[in-house]
Amino acid sequence: MSVSQTHRTIDTIWRMESPKLIAGLTRMVRDVGLAEDLAQDALVIALDRWPSSGIPDKPGAWLMTTAKRRALDLLRRNKLRDQKYVEIAREIDLYTEDDIDRALDGEIEDDLLRLIFMTCHPVLSQDARVALTLRLLCGLTTDEIARSFLIAESTVAQRIVRAKRTLNMEKVPFEVPAGKELGERLSTVLEVIYLMFNEGYSATSGQSWTRPLLCQEALRLGRVLAAIAPGEPEAHGLVALMEIQSSRLKTRINAQGEPILLMDQNRALWDQLLIRRGLAALERAQRLGRTLGPYALQASITACHAVARTPSDTDWIRIAALYEALLRQTPSPIVELNRAVAIGMAFGPAYGLQLVEELNKEPSLQGYHLLPSVRGDLLEKLGRLEEASAEFERAAAMTRNVQEQALLFRRAAECKQEGERT
Amino acid sequence: MRFMMIVKATTDSEAGVLPSQELIDAMQKYNEELVKAGVMLAADGLHSSANAVRISYPEPGGKPKLVDGPFTEAKEMIAGYTLIEVKSREEALEWALRMPDPHGFGQGEIELRQVFEFEELLGDPESRAKEEELRRQAQESKKA
Repeated sequence: MSVSQTHRTIDTIWRMESPKLIAGLTRMVRDVGLAEDLAQDALVIALDRWPSSGIPDKPGAWLMTTAKRRALDLLRRNKLRDQKYVEIAREIDLYTEDDIDRALDGEIEDDLLRLIFMTCHPVLSQDARVALTLRLLCGLTTDEIARSFLIAESTVAQRIVRAKRTLNMEKVPFEVPAGKELGERLSTVLEVIYLMFNEGYSATSGQSWTRPLLCQEALRLGRVLAAIAPGEPEAHGLVALMEIQSSRLKTRINAQGEPILLMDQNRALWDQLLIRRGLAALERAQRLGRTLGPYALQASITACHAVARTPSDTDWIRIAALYEALLRQTPSPIVELNRAVAIGMAFGPAYGLQLVEELNKEPSLQGYHLLPSVRGDLLEKLGRLEEASAEFERAAAMTRNVQEQALLFRRAAECKQEGERT
Repeated sequence: MRFMMIVKATTDSEAGVLPSQELIDAMQKYNEELVKAGVMLAADGLHSSANAVRISYPEPGGKPKLVDGPFTEAKEMIAGYTLIEVKSREEALEWALRMPDPHGFGQGEIELRQVFEFEELLGDPESRAKEEELRRQAQESKKA
């Protein structure tokens, strides 16, 4: 193998192993920033040695052992001047290389789970949670994160440094929360993953309609989470939601990069493998026998679309009922708007429009482009084309996504033309 | 990107000899690892070629020729596959290298193949638009 090939292989192994390394090291040194530095040290040693010695049989275990040795050295040095490390160091002395294989099985997963709860801790801002999670659990570089969010690399770097500092200052423990706290903290974790996914799925601004890297990372992390916390129905629910939504990733835009709405997509191109995986994840959530949470409910709604062979096969009555259930769990004007759409489809546009009119006064929906967009859609179906056109234009002025804006302007123009003809 | 790790058939798999418990355990552990890393998409094992059928087209434009199994040449057949979703070819290779030797008696062979992506099949936007149109037409003619 050439040196550059070896370096590429090392980089790959590093990306695969670094979350586990950082998690294991954080347990030792109780400092996520220091853990990342120690893991980096192990990488540097590997880059130095592996090109000549060859890649070890179990590269993950090798990196872990090397990094833990560095950590031990550090702890021993610190022990002299810092009493608080004494206990940790004693604990770790018992941890030998022979244990690595065994440790790689169960313990590492627990550590990974603890690390996710740490990077998604409520003491951090939403942006910081996302950046730190992408950095430490997905192994993305600051540059990759910056490009995914269309922000400056220095902003990302700063966010990550500050986040690590905050975790230290607030003495956030490296643990999986227990009891009542678990539910709340888990929903924070799920929120971070879904936020990543959504940012990728429908970019809030800019030219691009989808940013696949973020979707992939979120889906992968969701799958990891569901595998290491299999008793949590909402983890499966979130995975189901993301799998099914991902099945449509490639049909959401046409060759010109413009969005294609769900009802107009070519269903033959939906990824049946991802749909099957999504339905299986949803079944796992249901089998746990608890009331379905918001992610499992949203997944159930997407599943209704996924199993409908043609748009007219869609079970809108079931979708409306699922939105009703979702509304009871997470009351929100946006869910109400979606329910209005479902009711409009199930029982006729006039019923949908009636519900949308009630939402017109909702302060939190002022400036939300989907409100006029939905209203326009319902008006168009009722044949009130002039009003529909005005609503689409209003919606277009509100969205920040260039492609979506173009679609809305087009619909406005179509309604206008159609209206003038009649 | 998606890769398929294809496990080749062996004289044992063709003879219907089940793998040792040790190998089954190792494979199960490996599959769990794939799941816990979030890269596993699907995995299946295939029956031996005893009840297989080969459909070939020896004449261009002619009728298909059917041949019933079992077939000889185990190495030309597959015994199972694992489909993974990874970030790079290097990562796929790394995972393939971590799969246990699927035979253990000298015939073990894994073939790593990349799965075509939608975008790859349709390079530039223009040919992509054409492709989409063709698929749509095909879909409609199927319905009609």
